[in-house]
Amino acid sequence: MRDLSLHILDMVQNSITAQATKIKINIAIDSQRDYLLLNISDNGAGMDSDILIKAQDPFFTSRKTRKVGLGIPLLKEAARKCNGNFNIISEKNGGTKIYAAFSINNIDRLPIGEIGETLIAAISSNPQISFILDLNSEKGFFRLDTDEVAKTLGDVSITEFDILIWLKEYIDEGIKNIFGGVLNEVDS
Amino acid sequence: MKSIAELDEIRKKTLDQLSIRSNEKGIKVVVAMATCGIAAGARPVMKAFIEEINKRNLNNVTVSITGCIGVCKMEPVVEILDKDGKKVTYVNMTPEKAERVVLEHIVNGNVCTDLTIGAQEGV
Repeated sequence: MRDLSLHILDMVQNSITAQATKIKINIAIDSQRDYLLLNISDNGAGMDSDILIKAQDPFFTSRKTRKVGLGIPLLKEAARKCNGNFNIISEKNGGTKIYAAFSINNIDRLPIGEIGETLIAAISSNPQISFILDLNSEKGFFRLDTDEVAKTLGDVSITEFDILIWLKEYIDEGIKNIFGGVLNEVDS
Repeated sequence: MKSIAELDEIRKKTLDQLSIRSNEKGIKVVVAMATCGIAAGARPVMKAFIEEINKRNLNNVTVSITGCIGVCKMEPVVEILDKDGKKVTYVNMTPEKAERVVLEHIVNGNVCTDLTIGAQEGV
Protein backbone atom coordinates (compact mmCIF):
# COMPACT_ATOMS: atom_id res chain seq x y z
CA MET A 1 0.00 0.00 0.00
CA ARG A 2 1.29 3.42 -0.94
CA ASP A 3 -0.31 5.44 1.81
CA LEU A 4 -2.43 5.31 4.95
CA SER A 5 -5.66 6.20 3.17
CA LEU A 6 -5.45 2.94 1.20
CA HIS A 7 -4.88 0.98 4.41
CA ILE A 8 -7.93 2.70 5.88
CA LEU A 9 -10.04 1.73 2.86
CA ASP A 10 -8.86 -1.85 3.26
CA MET A 11 -9.74 -1.95 6.96
CA VAL A 12 -13.14 -0.39 6.23
CA GLN A 13 -13.80 -3.16 3.71
CA ASN A 14 -13.11 -5.67 6.50
CA SER A 15 -15.67 -3.90 8.67
CA ILE A 16 -18.22 -3.93 5.85
CA THR A 17 -17.64 -7.65 5.32
CA ALA A 18 -18.27 -8.09 9.05
CA GLN A 19 -21.73 -6.49 8.55
CA ALA A 20 -20.91 -3.35 10.49
CA THR A 21 -23.51 -0.57 10.47
CA LYS A 22 -21.28 2.01 12.16
CA ILE A 23 -17.65 2.57 11.27
CA LYS A 24 -15.54 5.16 13.02
CA ILE A 25 -12.16 6.33 11.79
CA ASN A 26 -10.05 8.46 14.05
CA ILE A 27 -6.72 10.00 13.07
CA ALA A 28 -4.84 11.92 15.73
CA ILE A 29 -1.39 13.44 15.67
CA ASP A 30 0.81 14.81 18.38
CA SER A 31 3.79 16.45 16.73
CA GLN A 32 5.51 17.22 20.01
CA ARG A 33 5.57 13.57 20.97
CA ASP A 34 6.05 12.61 17.31
CA TYR A 35 3.23 10.17 16.85
CA LEU A 36 0.29 9.60 14.58
CA LEU A 37 -2.46 7.38 15.88
CA LEU A 38 -4.94 5.69 13.59
CA ASN A 39 -7.94 4.05 15.19
CA ILE A 40 -10.68 2.29 13.25
CA SER A 41 -13.60 0.78 15.11
CA ASP A 42 -16.79 -0.90 13.97
CA ASN A 43 -19.83 -2.62 15.43
CA GLY A 44 -19.57 -5.61 13.11
CA ALA A 45 -19.57 -9.32 13.85
CA GLY A 46 -16.20 -9.26 15.63
CA MET A 47 -13.85 -12.22 16.07
CA ASP A 48 -13.28 -14.73 18.85
CA SER A 49 -9.79 -14.94 20.37
CA ASP A 50 -8.78 -17.81 18.12
CA ILE A 51 -9.61 -15.97 14.87
CA LEU A 52 -8.21 -12.75 16.29
CA ILE A 53 -4.72 -14.25 16.57
CA LYS A 54 -5.00 -15.82 13.12
CA ALA A 55 -6.14 -12.55 11.55
CA GLN A 56 -2.61 -11.19 11.97
CA ASP A 57 -1.17 -14.15 10.08
CA PRO A 58 -0.74 -13.38 6.36
CA PHE A 59 -1.56 -16.99 5.51
CA PHE A 60 -4.99 -16.81 7.07
CA THR A 61 -8.14 -15.47 5.42
CA SER A 62 -11.86 -16.08 5.72
CA ARG A 63 -12.07 -15.75 1.95
CA LYS A 64 -12.47 -18.72 -0.32
CA THR A 65 -11.18 -17.07 -3.48
CA ARG A 66 -7.53 -17.06 -2.40
CA LYS A 67 -5.23 -18.44 0.28
CA VAL A 68 -3.68 -15.31 1.73
CA GLY A 69 -5.09 -12.43 3.77
CA LEU A 70 -2.70 -9.51 3.75
CA GLY A 71 -4.83 -6.54 4.85
CA ILE A 72 -4.14 -6.62 8.58
CA PRO A 73 -0.54 -7.94 8.31
CA LEU A 74 0.35 -5.14 5.86
CA LEU A 75 -0.97 -2.42 8.17
CA LYS A 76 0.83 -4.01 11.12
CA GLU A 77 4.06 -4.03 9.13
CA ALA A 78 3.55 -0.41 8.00
CA ALA A 79 3.25 0.65 11.64
CA ARG A 80 6.11 -1.45 12.97
CA LYS A 81 8.64 -0.50 10.34
CA CYS A 82 8.48 3.12 11.46
CA ASN A 83 8.90 2.54 15.15
CA GLY A 84 5.17 2.34 15.64
CA ASN A 85 2.78 -0.06 17.17
CA PHE A 86 -0.21 -2.12 16.23
CA ASN A 87 -3.04 -3.61 18.20
CA ILE A 88 -6.35 -5.18 17.41
CA ILE A 89 -9.12 -5.76 19.91
CA SER A 90 -12.21 -7.72 19.07
CA GLU A 91 -14.92 -9.77 20.65
CA LYS A 92 -17.39 -12.13 19.05
CA ASN A 93 -20.51 -10.02 18.35
CA GLY A 94 -18.78 -7.05 19.98
CA GLY A 95 -17.20 -5.26 17.05
CA THR A 96 -13.54 -4.72 16.28
CA LYS A 97 -11.09 -1.96 17.11
CA ILE A 98 -7.81 -1.49 15.30
CA TYR A 99 -5.05 0.76 16.60
CA ALA A 100 -1.99 1.63 14.58
CA ALA A 101 0.60 4.11 15.83
CA PHE A 102 3.30 5.64 13.66
CA SER A 103 6.32 7.77 14.40
CA ILE A 104 5.66 10.89 12.31
CA ASN A 105 9.26 11.77 11.59
CA ASN A 106 10.42 8.27 10.78
CA ILE A 107 11.58 8.04 7.18
CA ASP A 108 9.52 4.90 6.59
CA ARG A 109 6.26 6.38 7.79
CA LEU A 110 3.66 6.30 5.01
CA PRO A 111 2.08 9.60 3.92
CA ILE A 112 -1.54 10.12 4.89
CA GLY A 113 -2.80 10.01 1.31
CA GLU A 114 -6.20 10.98 -0.01
CA ILE A 115 -8.48 10.40 2.97
CA GLY A 116 -11.32 12.15 1.12
CA GLU A 117 -11.09 9.71 -1.78
CA THR A 118 -11.14 6.77 0.62
CA LEU A 119 -14.22 8.07 2.40
CA ILE A 120 -16.23 8.77 -0.74
CA ALA A 121 -15.32 5.37 -2.18
CA ALA A 122 -16.60 3.74 1.01
CA ILE A 123 -19.66 5.97 1.39
CA SER A 124 -20.82 5.82 -2.23
CA SER A 125 -20.79 2.03 -2.27
CA ASN A 126 -22.31 1.64 1.21
CA PRO A 127 -24.63 4.61 1.82
CA GLN A 128 -26.59 2.64 4.43
CA ILE A 129 -23.58 2.51 6.78
CA SER A 130 -22.89 5.35 9.22
CA PHE A 131 -19.35 6.63 8.89
CA ILE A 132 -17.67 8.95 11.33
CA LEU A 133 -14.32 10.53 10.54
CA ASP A 134 -12.54 12.29 13.41
CA LEU A 135 -9.33 14.24 13.01
CA ASN A 136 -7.39 15.53 16.02
CA SER A 137 -4.29 17.56 16.56
CA GLU A 138 -3.10 20.47 18.67
CA LYS A 139 -4.61 22.68 15.94
CA GLY A 140 -8.12 21.47 16.62
CA PHE A 141 -10.77 18.92 15.92
CA PHE A 142 -12.71 17.92 12.80
CA ARG A 143 -15.62 15.57 12.49
CA LEU A 144 -17.63 14.25 9.60
CA ASP A 145 -20.68 12.24 10.56
CA THR A 146 -22.61 10.79 7.62
CA ASP A 147 -25.76 10.47 9.80
CA GLU A 148 -25.68 14.23 10.22
CA VAL A 149 -25.18 14.68 6.46
CA ALA A 150 -28.05 12.32 5.69
CA LYS A 151 -30.32 14.24 8.06
CA THR A 152 -29.56 17.51 6.25
CA LEU A 153 -30.09 15.86 2.87
CA GLY A 154 -33.50 14.39 3.63
CA ASP A 155 -34.76 12.60 0.51
CA VAL A 156 -31.62 13.24 -1.50
CA SER A 157 -29.19 10.32 -1.51
CA ILE A 158 -25.68 10.81 -0.18
CA THR A 159 -24.45 9.01 -3.31
CA GLU A 160 -25.39 11.93 -5.61
CA PHE A 161 -22.28 13.07 -7.44
CA ASP A 162 -22.45 16.69 -6.28
CA ILE A 163 -22.76 15.56 -2.67
CA LEU A 164 -19.79 13.20 -2.95
CA ILE A 165 -17.66 15.98 -4.42
CA TRP A 166 -18.70 18.29 -1.60
CA LEU A 167 -17.86 15.61 0.99
CA LYS A 168 -14.40 15.13 -0.51
CA GLU A 169 -13.70 18.87 -0.47
CA TYR A 170 -15.04 19.12 3.08
CA ILE A 171 -12.74 16.32 4.26
CA ASP A 172 -9.73 17.70 2.36
CA GLU A 173 -10.28 21.04 4.04
CA GLY A 174 -10.50 19.32 7.43
CA ILE A 175 -7.22 17.49 6.81
CA LYS A 176 -5.56 20.74 5.78
CA ASN A 177 -6.81 22.64 8.82
CA ILE A 178 -6.02 19.97 11.37
CA PHE A 179 -2.84 18.44 9.99
CA GLY A 180 -1.23 21.40 8.23
CA GLY A 181 -0.50 22.82 4.84
CA VAL A 182 0.57 19.96 2.64
CA LEU A 183 -2.34 17.68 1.88
CA ASN A 184 -0.51 14.50 1.22
CA GLU A 185 1.82 14.69 4.16
CA VAL A 186 1.57 15.11 7.89
CA ASP A 187 2.95 18.49 8.75
CA SER A 188 5.22 18.18 11.75
CA MET B 1 -14.63 27.22 5.84
CA LYS B 2 -17.17 24.76 4.51
CA SER B 3 -20.12 23.94 6.70
CA ILE B 4 -22.87 21.35 6.68
CA ALA B 5 -25.32 24.19 5.92
CA GLU B 6 -23.95 24.35 2.36
CA LEU B 7 -25.34 20.88 1.82
CA ASP B 8 -28.83 22.27 1.95
CA GLU B 9 -28.13 24.33 -1.19
CA ILE B 10 -26.83 21.28 -3.03
CA ARG B 11 -29.82 19.31 -1.81
CA LYS B 12 -32.25 21.80 -3.33
CA LYS B 13 -30.36 21.82 -6.62
CA THR B 14 -30.26 18.03 -6.76
CA LEU B 15 -33.96 17.71 -5.95
CA ASP B 16 -34.82 19.66 -9.11
CA GLN B 17 -32.75 17.29 -11.23
CA LEU B 18 -34.05 14.17 -9.52
CA SER B 19 -37.55 14.53 -10.91
CA ILE B 20 -36.21 14.14 -14.45
CA ARG B 21 -34.55 10.84 -13.68
CA SER B 22 -36.07 7.55 -14.64
CA ASN B 23 -36.07 4.40 -12.57
CA GLU B 24 -35.54 1.98 -15.41
CA LYS B 25 -33.38 -1.05 -14.78
CA GLY B 26 -29.80 -0.10 -15.44
CA ILE B 27 -26.24 -1.19 -15.85
CA LYS B 28 -24.12 -2.09 -12.84
CA VAL B 29 -20.41 -1.39 -12.59
CA VAL B 30 -18.78 -3.50 -9.88
CA VAL B 31 -15.21 -2.70 -8.82
CA ALA B 32 -13.25 -5.34 -6.87
CA MET B 33 -12.00 -3.54 -3.77
CA ALA B 34 -10.19 -6.02 -1.52
CA THR B 35 -6.56 -5.73 -0.36
CA CYS B 36 -5.29 -6.86 -3.77
CA GLY B 37 -7.54 -4.47 -5.68
CA ILE B 38 -6.78 -1.49 -3.46
CA ALA B 39 -3.03 -2.09 -3.67
CA ALA B 40 -3.24 -2.33 -7.46
CA GLY B 41 -5.14 0.95 -7.81
CA ALA B 42 -8.85 0.12 -7.72
CA ARG B 43 -9.76 3.35 -5.93
CA PRO B 44 -8.70 5.71 -8.78
CA VAL B 45 -10.43 3.36 -11.25
CA MET B 46 -13.68 3.57 -9.29
CA LYS B 47 -13.34 7.35 -9.12
CA ALA B 48 -12.86 7.51 -12.89
CA PHE B 49 -16.04 5.49 -13.42
CA ILE B 50 -18.07 7.70 -11.07
CA GLU B 51 -16.77 10.90 -12.68
CA GLU B 52 -17.19 9.72 -16.25
CA ILE B 53 -20.71 8.39 -15.61
CA ASN B 54 -21.69 11.70 -14.06
CA LYS B 55 -20.07 13.70 -16.87
CA ARG B 56 -22.19 11.85 -19.42
CA ASN B 57 -25.34 12.04 -17.32
CA LEU B 58 -25.88 8.29 -17.33
CA ASN B 59 -28.60 8.12 -14.72
CA ASN B 60 -29.28 4.41 -14.99
CA VAL B 61 -25.73 3.28 -14.20
CA THR B 62 -24.69 2.41 -10.65
CA VAL B 63 -21.17 1.89 -9.35
CA SER B 64 -20.63 -0.51 -6.47
CA ILE B 65 -17.82 -2.60 -5.00
CA THR B 66 -17.17 -6.21 -4.19
CA GLY B 67 -14.38 -8.25 -2.62
CA CYS B 68 -11.64 -10.27 -4.27
CA ILE B 69 -12.88 -12.56 -7.02
CA GLY B 70 -9.70 -14.61 -7.11
CA VAL B 71 -7.60 -13.16 -9.93
CA CYS B 72 -5.40 -10.95 -7.78
CA LYS B 73 -2.61 -10.75 -10.37
CA MET B 74 -4.99 -9.08 -12.81
CA GLU B 75 -6.29 -6.41 -10.45
CA PRO B 76 -7.85 -3.86 -10.73
CA VAL B 77 -10.80 -5.97 -11.87
CA VAL B 78 -14.12 -4.41 -12.91
CA GLU B 79 -17.29 -6.29 -13.79
CA ILE B 80 -20.04 -4.73 -15.88
CA LEU B 81 -23.49 -6.26 -15.58
CA ASP B 82 -25.94 -5.15 -18.23
CA LYS B 83 -29.72 -4.96 -18.04
CA ASP B 84 -30.18 -8.67 -18.75
CA GLY B 85 -27.62 -9.66 -16.12
CA LYS B 86 -24.94 -10.49 -18.68
CA LYS B 87 -21.49 -9.97 -17.25
CA VAL B 88 -18.25 -8.70 -18.79
CA THR B 89 -15.07 -8.84 -16.70
CA TYR B 90 -12.38 -6.27 -17.39
CA VAL B 91 -8.91 -6.73 -15.88
CA ASN B 92 -5.72 -4.71 -15.41
CA MET B 93 -7.85 -1.57 -15.35
CA THR B 94 -6.63 2.02 -15.18
CA PRO B 95 -8.55 5.31 -14.98
CA GLU B 96 -7.87 5.83 -18.73
CA LYS B 97 -9.26 2.41 -19.62
CA ALA B 98 -12.26 3.16 -17.39
CA GLU B 99 -13.08 6.22 -19.51
CA ARG B 100 -12.90 4.09 -22.63
CA VAL B 101 -15.16 1.40 -21.15
CA VAL B 102 -17.76 3.99 -20.17
CA LEU B 103 -17.81 5.46 -23.67
CA GLU B 104 -17.56 2.30 -25.77
CA HIS B 105 -19.30 -0.30 -23.61
CA ILE B 106 -21.78 1.56 -21.43
CA VAL B 107 -22.77 4.35 -23.82
CA ASN B 108 -22.40 2.66 -27.20
CA GLY B 109 -22.89 -0.96 -26.18
CA ASN B 110 -19.67 -2.27 -27.74
CA VAL B 111 -17.66 -4.46 -25.38
CA CYS B 112 -13.95 -3.48 -25.29
CA THR B 113 -12.87 -7.01 -26.14
CA ASP B 114 -9.15 -6.33 -25.83
CA LEU B 115 -9.50 -5.34 -22.15
CA THR B 116 -11.52 -8.35 -21.03
CA ILE B 117 -10.18 -11.17 -18.91
CA GLY B 118 -10.20 -13.54 -21.91
CA ALA B 119 -8.00 -11.26 -24.01
CA GLN B 120 -5.68 -10.20 -21.19
CA GLU B 121 -4.88 -13.69 -19.96
CA GLY B 122 -1.24 -14.43 -20.68
CA VAL B 123 -0.41 -10.80 -21.43
